[in-house]
Amino acid sequence: MSEMIAFLEPDPAIIGRRAAILADIADLLPSDALVTEERELVPFETDAFVSYRRLPLAVALPETTEQVAAVVKYCHREGIPVVPRGAGTSLSGGAIPQEDAIVIGLSRLNRIIEVDLPNRCARVQAGVTNISISQAVDAEGFFYAPDPSSQLACTIGGNIGMNSGGAHCLKYGVTTNNLLGVRLVLFDGSVVEIGGKALDAPGYDLLGLICGSEGQLGIVTEATVRLLAKPEGARPVLFGFPRSEAAGACVSEVIGAGIIPVAIEFMDKPAIEICEAFAQAGYPMDVEALLIVEVEGSDEEMEAMLARIVDIAKRHGVSAIKESQSATEAALIWKGRKSAFGATGRIADYICMDGTVPLGQLSHVLKETSVIVAKYGLRVANVFHAGDGNMHPLILFNANDPEEARKAELAGNDILKLCVDAGGCLTGEHGVGVEKRDLMTHQYAPADLGQQMDVRSAFDPKWIFNPSKVFPLDGRRSK
Amino acid sequence: MTAAVARPTTEDELAGCVAEAARARTPLEIRGGGTRSGVGRPVRSAATLDLSGLSGITAYNPAELVMSAGAGTPLAEIEAELDRNGQMLTFEPMDHRPLLGSQGEPTIGGVFAANVSGPRRLSAGAARDSLLGVRFVNGRGEVIKSGGRVMKNVTGLDLVKLLAGSWGTLGVMSEVTFKVLPKPETAATLVISGLNDAEAAAAMAAAMALPVDVSSAAHLPASLVNRCLGGALGWEPATLLRLEGLSESVKVRKDKLARAMAAYGDSRLLDAEETALLWAEVRDVMPFAKDRAKALWRVSVAPSAGHQLVAALRLNTGVDAFYDWQGGLVWLAMEQDTEHELLRTFISRLGGGHATLVRAPAAVRAAISVFEPESAAVAALSTRIRRQIDPEGIFNPGRMAAAETARQGATEN
Repeated sequence: MSEMIAFLEPDPAIIGRRAAILADIADLLPSDALVTEERELVPFETDAFVSYRRLPLAVALPETTEQVAAVVKYCHREGIPVVPRGAGTSLSGGAIPQEDAIVIGLSRLNRIIEVDLPNRCARVQAGVTNISISQAVDAEGFFYAPDPSSQLACTIGGNIGMNSGGAHCLKYGVTTNNLLGVRLVLFDGSVVEIGGKALDAPGYDLLGLICGSEGQLGIVTEATVRLLAKPEGARPVLFGFPRSEAAGACVSEVIGAGIIPVAIEFMDKPAIEICEAFAQAGYPMDVEALLIVEVEGSDEEMEAMLARIVDIAKRHGVSAIKESQSATEAALIWKGRKSAFGATGRIADYICMDGTVPLGQLSHVLKETSVIVAKYGLRVANVFHAGDGNMHPLILFNANDPEEARKAELAGNDILKLCVDAGGCLTGEHGVGVEKRDLMTHQYAPADLGQQMDVRSAFDPKWIFNPSKVFPLDGRRSK
Repeated sequence: MTAAVARPTTEDELAGCVAEAARARTPLEIRGGGTRSGVGRPVRSAATLDLSGLSGITAYNPAELVMSAGAGTPLAEIEAELDRNGQMLTFEPMDHRPLLGSQGEPTIGGVFAANVSGPRRLSAGAARDSLLGVRFVNGRGEVIKSGGRVMKNVTGLDLVKLLAGSWGTLGVMSEVTFKVLPKPETAATLVISGLNDAEAAAAMAAAMALPVDVSSAAHLPASLVNRCLGGALGWEPATLLRLEGLSESVKVRKDKLARAMAAYGDSRLLDAEETALLWAEVRDVMPFAKDRAKALWRVSVAPSAGHQLVAALRLNTGVDAFYDWQGGLVWLAMEQDTEHELLRTFISRLGGGHATLVRAPAAVRAAISVFEPESAAVAALSTRIRRQIDPEGIFNPGRMAAAETARQGATEN
């Protein structure tokens, strides 16, 4: 398949010195911590954006911050690109390497260093998985709030890189709202602490800048994250609607009425069918749109809030309401939703968009999305976070058909432009990566991008960190 | 050019003013309502850029939970409009006027430039967490847009966060876009009486570990408690726990909270009206609004470290303090202006954090580090960032750190 997205051309001088470079880096690491054999490099050639693959020069698997710093310092001195990698679950190609790059994999930095319940925070290494933080404090009645669908596998370092969200960020926010501090390896191998256990950090908000910087400002090796008290209970309720617009209007009115559930997820008919076939969650099948509304608290609280939501839903012609009657049923409802991407992958290849739009534009964008996809002769399933306007159209195609694959990419681009034109943005929680890099000029004027690139240069003067990503290859003014 | 004031009324005019100042290397004091101009080190400026002309709400659809406004829009205008629609700024920005004795109208740009947050910051995030998008003019006179008007956005570097809390030293904001939320239907406060600082810290941590959504937790020691609610809290130390939300929910939660906290001491409940008054006083640091001659520090540490810090200082010098944010935000009055080294040493020994001298005479603020000094590597990074946004160092030079004036000084010599 011909590739629509270019990577930076590998530097022949680096490729030519490969053996010497690998020998130098091997000296900086424990004996089994440098992967150089081609067959062992294959698992690192892509991430969850599987259409693009590049074998890296080598993969370093450091065990300490000091080893990360030593490799970074060496690569900066030698001008060798560095691609940080957590679990490789990026949907936008954020962890795809390039031929002249050293991948720094953080998988061995997988310890929870400290759990501090009186201060409701945990200090963890960057390679710790998202779910393991919540698991470690579950028995004490706490959890870590951001919950991306890939939370079983994805790492906190990757979450910070992409400012990951999840289904429950309507109430709890995304990674940047739940991060207190990081240990960061800078381009020259120096190590800085930013933030800590206090609720705010001094000076410029470097923590806010690092969050979502896609591994381009430095490498996070440790993080301090906020923990929250677990609610007494949580109850997802299914609301089926005969029309998508009615579901959208219901969401607006719930929020307008001052009710903020922890999650409002939207699924259209194709998504309902795909997820139900996979998870048998008991989703109603005779509806055009489904909302999963989750409320939290004690039984009395949940009932009070649900009563109000049901009233509103009825005014919007809800045709099916199903409350989960047990923890098992609740888990099934979420299993269906969280496996939406995986379940879709069983019936077709797909690319998942991540544009976010103002809430008032949801219906319009949903309608136009179908028009765009139909124009390319493809199918789409929509499953998204309706409460915060974060759309996830899944464009279905056959990857063995190069023409269809090309059309899927083009349709995706058109949808993202639609989101931007509706007052939204290209990506809400997946990141720009390579996938959306060349669309950045649609959202930002040259001066806007120039200013971002200048700030990037303040952290990484030689642009060694993840250099093929985020900023269009043409018009890079700071390098 | 001496003490000139420019008051642009459009973003283009603003960009023009800045471009002209950049050409002439004229250091500018960036001014919104001026109510917080006494915070920070004295600015070494030759002219003032007054943003009050960039005023007015530019976009607001209550169902979208987002508002946009010119940076110079009075906060009062924003809050009135939100109030009409049953909404609010969830981070509860503090009004610095009572504390500093300043005049004027706080602006929404000033709130975000100083990342001003109140008691609800503990549960709902700081001003920076609500700020979704900015338009600003950089030190080259270019208009830059970052972020947008959607809740989730990871499209490129988050310069929005960088601008929030930069005290006007990076760029001049022309328009801000921020998240708003429905006002809670009702609120209540559980007041536990008689706890010392350490007991209060334990009680607040226990309350925050309960599944009852405590939105704010503060502690007023005996020395300060009667300065709130006109003395209605009495003379015993008071530990304050706020609950907010739907009325059915608050009713259930306040019973649960009261039961769980009974082990810590006697308690009583304040109604919604008293709750609103009391937390506004905590927000505006009213216990220290009286004697304005005294220096006042704002210290941010881990919640369990706040009372340890005050206890440690007390062995060495005269201090008075109360706590917000579960004990992690300490408002601290010290007898002597000059004991910042002692304060910062103790903060560092207790696991880190930072101290800001919020109120002190200009001479004192010029002589010491008002904001927490950064490590050499972070300070170098901050300087590099600043040069990438404001290459000539014309915005509020000197306000955050003495080093900011270096470039200006070099060009003058």
